[in-house]
Amino acid sequence: MQFLKSSIGRKIVMALSGLIMVLFVIAHMLGNASVFAGPDGINAYAAKLQGFGPFIWVFRLIMLSVLSLHVYFGILLTLENRAARPAAYTVKKDLRSTFASRTMIWTGLVIAVYLVYHLLHFTFHVINPGISSAVNVDASGRPDVFRMVVLGLQDLFTSFIYIAAVIASALHLTHGIQSAFQTLGGNNDRTFPVITKAGTIAAGILLLGYISIPLAVIAGVLKH
Amino acid sequence: MNLTLFVWRQKGPREPGRLEQYSAENISTEMSFLEMLDVVNEGLIRSGREPIAFDHDCREGICGTCSQVINGVPHGPQEKTTVCQLHMRNFKDGDSIYIEPWRAKAFPVIKDLVVDRSALDRVIQSGGYISVHTGGVPDANAVLVPKEDAEAAMDAAECIGCGACVAACPNGSAMLFTAAKVSHLTLMPQGKVEAARRVCVMTEAMLKEGFGNCGNHYECQAVCPKGISVQFIAKLNREFIKAALKAEA
Ligand code: FES
Repeated sequence: MQFLKSSIGRKIVMALSGLIMVLFVIAHMLGNASVFAGPDGINAYAAKLQGFGPFIWVFRLIMLSVLSLHVYFGILLTLENRAARPAAYTVKKDLRSTFASRTMIWTGLVIAVYLVYHLLHFTFHVINPGISSAVNVDASGRPDVFRMVVLGLQDLFTSFIYIAAVIASALHLTHGIQSAFQTLGGNNDRTFPVITKAGTIAAGILLLGYISIPLAVIAGVLKH
Repeated sequence: MNLTLFVWRQKGPREPGRLEQYSAENISTEMSFLEMLDVVNEGLIRSGREPIAFDHDCREGICGTCSQVINGVPHGPQEKTTVCQLHMRNFKDGDSIYIEPWRAKAFPVIKDLVVDRSALDRVIQSGGYISVHTGGVPDANAVLVPKEDAEAAMDAAECIGCGACVAACPNGSAMLFTAAKVSHLTLMPQGKVEAARRVCVMTEAMLKEGFGNCGNHYECQAVCPKGISVQFIAKLNREFIKAALKAEA
């Protein structure tokens, strides 16, 4: 456990858990894209996932532990870092740090709060149970996820929250991805600029991928 | 030229401090920043006031003693330049200049702009050395060092230990300093023997002294008077991972 007490050890936990979640959001985005194929796309996809039965819960528990580690060490490191500069400068110029890098704790907390809301909405159907795919089935008798997503996002307020959370995530990742590679020692003079750019591009693709759904619903491209 | 200075004045470690306003008059562009402060101090002494205390020694950019945050940037506006090598031609007549000490929990203020940087010495003491047998001086070429390794070690060894990296870091972390020391020793064959232990004890000592954790903001490299690269932090991380895997095995 010496590893978790060390400054670098804890950052490595942050980096690895972060990268696992990046892989998850990439897979999630690709899965979401099936919504553009209409009810037969996303409902079939959701039915296939449901087919994994208890393995879904194994997967969820793994993701929950990964997330918990990331949140726990993220808050702990932030508190330690704040304590390391008790007196602030009257004038301080930022030369290399970015808005994204300085707001990691805040974008992180926004994502965490949104995640709870998102799960209550689309996974556990506590918010707006009327449109839940647990009670509505499509023509082929599958849970109607398409209806739930489209009706859910037709509400402008819901869409707004969704888009805001996606923007926070993209900001988090512009710093997070390259930061993870630096922490894992993957950066040298050659790879550093490439990884930084790739991280920003990846964050941009995820941003577009995720907000395309609420935008398509609001624009009426996706309708029920 | 004439300037308005806002300088952090603090009588002692436990006294409250505040910014005080001074005017620096008839300053020549040829003066260094420290010479400008010397002129201001002479004026203060003549009028019976306490001169501004600041750290300095070599005044030629090699000892790392000078340490001032000038308009929000450690060592001031010129890249890869210590305060003592910063010249007044970087400023304009009528400018206002804010001068503050390094600010970090691990660097308590002793007086005005002077801070206690012995925390960095203790990080070095923890593992910033190599162990060798005493006795006759070995032949100069007895241990061969590849050119690239020697170059990289020299790049890291450029660190003069001024602590600007800590002063600039939003997290008050001394990671760039520690990384430079670990890299410079570990790149050499003589330093490889203790590599695993060194990276662990030095990063641990850093945390114990009250420095923060590296958040990969890279402010440190931007203000380093020697331009030490954050790639050395990546190298430090690799050394740590190697050490951790070795400890597992
Ligand atoms: S006084 Fe020696 S480096 Fe500035």
